[in-house]
Amino acid sequence: MIRIITFLSTFLVFSFGSAYADPKKVGFIYIGPPGDHGWTYMHDVGRKYMESQLGDSITTTYLENIPENADAVRAIRKLADSGHDLIFTTSFNYMDQTHEVAKDFPDIKFEHATGYIQADNVATYSARFYEGRMIEGHIAGHMTETDTIGYIASFPIPEVVRGINAFYLAAAKVNPDIKMKIIWVFTWYDPGKEADAANTLINQGADIIVQHTDTYAPCQAAQKAGVLAFGQASNQEEFCPDAHLTSIEDIWGPYYAARAKAIVDGTWSSGDTWDGMDKGMVVMSPYNTKLIPASLIQEAVNMEVGIKDGTIHPFTGPIYNQAGELVVPEGEVAPDGMLLGMNFYVQGIDGEVPQ
Amino acid sequence: MNLDLIFGILQIVLIATTPLVFAGIGELVTEKSGVLNLGVEGMMLVGAVSAFIILVITGSYFLAFFVSILSGIIMSGLFAFLVLFLMSNQIATGLALTIFGIGLSSMLGKQYIGTPIDGLSPWFFVIFSFLIVFLVSYFFYKTKAGLILRAVGESHNSAHALGYSVIKIRFLSILFGGSMCALAGSYISICYAPMWQEGMTAGRGWIALALVVFATWKPERVLIGAYIFGGVTILQMNLQALGLRFPGQFFSMAPYVATIIVLVLISSNKLRIKLSAPASLTIPFYKGR
Repeated sequence: MIRIITFLSTFLVFSFGSAYADPKKVGFIYIGPPGDHGWTYMHDVGRKYMESQLGDSITTTYLENIPENADAVRAIRKLADSGHDLIFTTSFNYMDQTHEVAKDFPDIKFEHATGYIQADNVATYSARFYEGRMIEGHIAGHMTETDTIGYIASFPIPEVVRGINAFYLAAAKVNPDIKMKIIWVFTWYDPGKEADAANTLINQGADIIVQHTDTYAPCQAAQKAGVLAFGQASNQEEFCPDAHLTSIEDIWGPYYAARAKAIVDGTWSSGDTWDGMDKGMVVMSPYNTKLIPASLIQEAVNMEVGIKDGTIHPFTGPIYNQAGELVVPEGEVAPDGMLLGMNFYVQGIDGEVPQ
Repeated sequence: MNLDLIFGILQIVLIATTPLVFAGIGELVTEKSGVLNLGVEGMMLVGAVSAFIILVITGSYFLAFFVSILSGIIMSGLFAFLVLFLMSNQIATGLALTIFGIGLSSMLGKQYIGTPIDGLSPWFFVIFSFLIVFLVSYFFYKTKAGLILRAVGESHNSAHALGYSVIKIRFLSILFGGSMCALAGSYISICYAPMWQEGMTAGRGWIALALVVFATWKPERVLIGAYIFGGVTILQMNLQALGLRFPGQFFSMAPYVATIIVLVLISSNKLRIKLSAPASLTIPFYKGR
């Protein structure tokens, strides 16, 4: 009898105990829809990974298609008001809005993707996508026949400019004649406009299309026109199998899981995380063996290894800016501070970064 | 600049501008009859998603466009019922239609995101878009029915007194507008950027609405305006790609600025009549009077 009571009471305590520890609520602000098969899609994959890792100890919410204006404040506030413990804002231009809300909710933790300003309850995190851009640039430098690369850029923020520079430096190293044609479309998400930009670049002689926007429209346009392309953020090979060389994949899951775990354990602290290939935050999609010669794939794989162990850095000097000034001396690599605020093109790229 | 380059630019401009022409001319007919339908974006999205889904299921382009136009008729029919029979406010109802369309299209299309399809060549629709503008223009200014439609838009009471069915004419105009918007949407998801993505029209419905004002309610000017907007966008892309310094941000907002300027001009009353804004626009018609 006593045994049964003990059993029952233990059972009760346990079940009560677990019911008492409310699951932590984790919220996400998305700039696009999770179905874009690009940027937001990969954040959503990360969110799902986090759920699978932490099970019942968390619940997640997301708000999609939140514009980068005052609406974002409302959206973030909505999550904060509804008792979320941890809120991820997953686009660069949510920066001011994130901090504005974070000030009013000191007990809630915020994580701002690709940002560079931290606070006691605001951490920032990003991935070193430029490492992938270097590999893309290397492949493009070898594979272009017209020596012309078309680059579709979204907004003139350091992350995008850094990608352009990393790509160009690697491409120009193997092919000094290479020309970059850059179109700024001032949107992350507009399949029509992205396709227009790709077609414009192809029309002007580009035979490889690189994009820093969120849908697979450019890759599709490249396939239709019979030229090559790099996908963006996720593996887009199924949409343009005859054009897709590789993509830079953003792997957020392990980071999200670790940060949510820290909330559950009560060990969360602010900080800045900027991981790359070494930590698996940036991964290259399988190289397209139908399009890229085996020897070049091997070179790319070797480069990945070098980037991971630190022997290769995309921004290794000497690097000059467009005015011809030496910005990174020979034998040195660009410090993170310079990379984080990068707002200039390196020597060899035509045009100017829009201000 | 060689000829190939210019020819290529022209092609891209034609392909990019066609959806604006369809949506703009549809909305123009609706507004000419005295009804403002702000649901263009929503109807375009529902048109885009329904065409895409039908194409994935049946593989028939004809059925895809047919069902898409049908969806536009249903969406705009709903709007027509609300504003013509229940006398609801046109602005509020139109905005609601857009929000409804955005939500409905996302819901319907959820499982079709990322389904690969074979895009259709856009050229038939490009030619058709020119044709439809000239047909509408002919209809307005060379036929009796067109004159009656314009009369309804200018003064519904007079038209009613002359024995014309204001409600019927407005209903048909709204349905025509809806079907054109859906056609614009399906063109985007089947020809222009063959895919389904939530919110993929990306504000083109609003540009189409702006176009009608910009065109001061004249069909040919919708065509001209659309090509100015489309042409400027593509031209600035070309200048950027040529490495010239260019304020891209400015051109992203140019259509809206141009529209605001035209709106300001119209809002002074004397000009308004000159610029031929339908006098009964947004004013509900009560049959009893």
